Amino acid sequence: MSAPVLEFEDAGLSFGPRRLWSGLSLRVEPGEFVAVLGANGSGKTSLVRAILGLQRLSSGRIRLVGSPPRRGSDDIGYVPQQRRIDPLTPMRARDIVGQGLDGHRWGLGRQAGRAARVRAALESVDAAAFADLPIGLLSGGEQQRVRIAQALVADPGLLLCDEPLLSLDLRSQRTITALVDRRRREKGTAVVFVTHEINPVLPYVDRVLYLADGRFRVGSVEEVFTSTTMSELYGVPVEVVRINGRILVAGIPQADEAHHHENGAVSGARRG
Amino acid sequence: MADPGIWSQVFNFADYGQLLGLVHNSLIAGAVLGVVGGLIGTFVMMRDLPFAVHSISELSFAGASGALLMGANVVLGSLSGSILAALVIGLLGSRARDRNSIIGVLMPFGLGLGVLFLALYKGRAANKFGLLTGQIVAVDTPQLSWLLATSAVVVVGLLVIWRPLAFASTDPELAAGRGVPVAALSTIFMVLLGLTVAMSVQIVGALLVLSVVCTPAAAAMRVTASPLLVTVLSVLFAVGSVVGGILLALGSTIPISPYVTTISFLIYIVCRIVGARRQRRGWQVIPRPRAPLPAAVR
Repeated sequence: MSAPVLEFEDAGLSFGPRRLWSGLSLRVEPGEFVAVLGANGSGKTSLVRAILGLQRLSSGRIRLVGSPPRRGSDDIGYVPQQRRIDPLTPMRARDIVGQGLDGHRWGLGRQAGRAARVRAALESVDAAAFADLPIGLLSGGEQQRVRIAQALVADPGLLLCDEPLLSLDLRSQRTITALVDRRRREKGTAVVFVTHEINPVLPYVDRVLYLADGRFRVGSVEEVFTSTTMSELYGVPVEVVRINGRILVAGIPQADEAHHHENGAVSGARRG
Repeated sequence: MADPGIWSQVFNFADYGQLLGLVHNSLIAGAVLGVVGGLIGTFVMMRDLPFAVHSISELSFAGASGALLMGANVVLGSLSGSILAALVIGLLGSRARDRNSIIGVLMPFGLGLGVLFLALYKGRAANKFGLLTGQIVAVDTPQLSWLLATSAVVVVGLLVIWRPLAFASTDPELAAGRGVPVAALSTIFMVLLGLTVAMSVQIVGALLVLSVVCTPAAAAMRVTASPLLVTVLSVLFAVGSVVGGILLALGSTIPISPYVTTISFLIYIVCRIVGARRQRRGWQVIPRPRAPLPAAVR
């Protein structure tokens, strides 16, 4: 058995009396695709922050390639939510990718072979054609591909994606997920993919980590997405239906997917 | 009101050679200011701070006029005003909406204070006017050394934090994920910006700082997206505006600022036109790819 890229050991995270999750143990192997799902406020974003070393656990520990997570680790390629970049930003696609190599370094020194690595990363997401275009003029899907190239350019062991499909059209969603899948197959990069929607990643997912109401469940899609498991997680009857290879979940007790509930104040709105 | 009279006030190149010798210091000061303004301007635009720059310069003006009134060092007064304003804006205004309201509150307050101090001041009127509209022809040697030292601090500081600052200015969340100390960088940047503004106030005056710190970078960003080229062009435009403005203003009886602002504005207009044509024809040499990338584009 190979060494895990990412390992949670009895990990827990609480903010004051509010427990997001606890007792979480999970090993992510090289090349594995793990999707993290859960309602808003269930602690998905905090999980990402903990892996990035930006958030301390309340209990247990995390290991990233054998050592505790630290800020700015080269072992993680991070893809955040898609957000429009201002059209006048003085950056070309290649400059954005270059930031993945040395954007966090002080001073102006550049490594040898930088340009070649940037080009290779852009090619790996089929984005070589717009290397010299201003990032702000690219479409949302194109920008997100460039961000994936940026995350991969330093050749990390773990690709950590936090809702990378949000506000992308269906076609861009498919492109992005297929690119991520290709990478992990070709280079053995482990993937932790946070999403609120299982269907776009359904063809690729090895395992699912589902967070809900301070509880969680880890397993294959077939194990986690059943009416029984989901009902247990949420504590109310939840129906899981499969139609034409898509999974539909009905009855999850949450107000909506709107953003204004995202940070904390969810519990009050939950029962709505 | 005869036309030739006005024109000879605006442009007068008699005895130009002799005058040129006299403004030696000012030309150096102008060029240095152009370099610093052009460099920092790129970040002012990327971080959406032009409005903040204006507010900082009003507080710098208040500080300088306060110092003038008390007989203290005007440079120190202007520095303390601008750094204070820069820090307040940096610390309280991390979100754009907060920032704009804080700036909107600070700006009239600074201007009002400045006007109060100047109204109380009984000294030379030229000193008063100079703080608002610039007085480069009067740069003396101690002032120049102060200017050079401040510029050196700002330029070195900027070069050290350049990459992480650019990263944090493009995507703060991502930069934080990569371990960039986003909040600390923002504070350091505001201090450097405060220094730059205080310097500019001495030369082009509080009302016109933006023509050195914002317009050149805004113009450069219209014509290219290469970060290196934007920086180089921004510096060239800023130096051109300030030095060109001094050279044109030399023989006239008018302050230099209208010359500087006009040159800077004209450069911007030209860049906008060039940028718009380029936008229409497609960016760079390669046209925007359409069909050849299956399942990828759009």
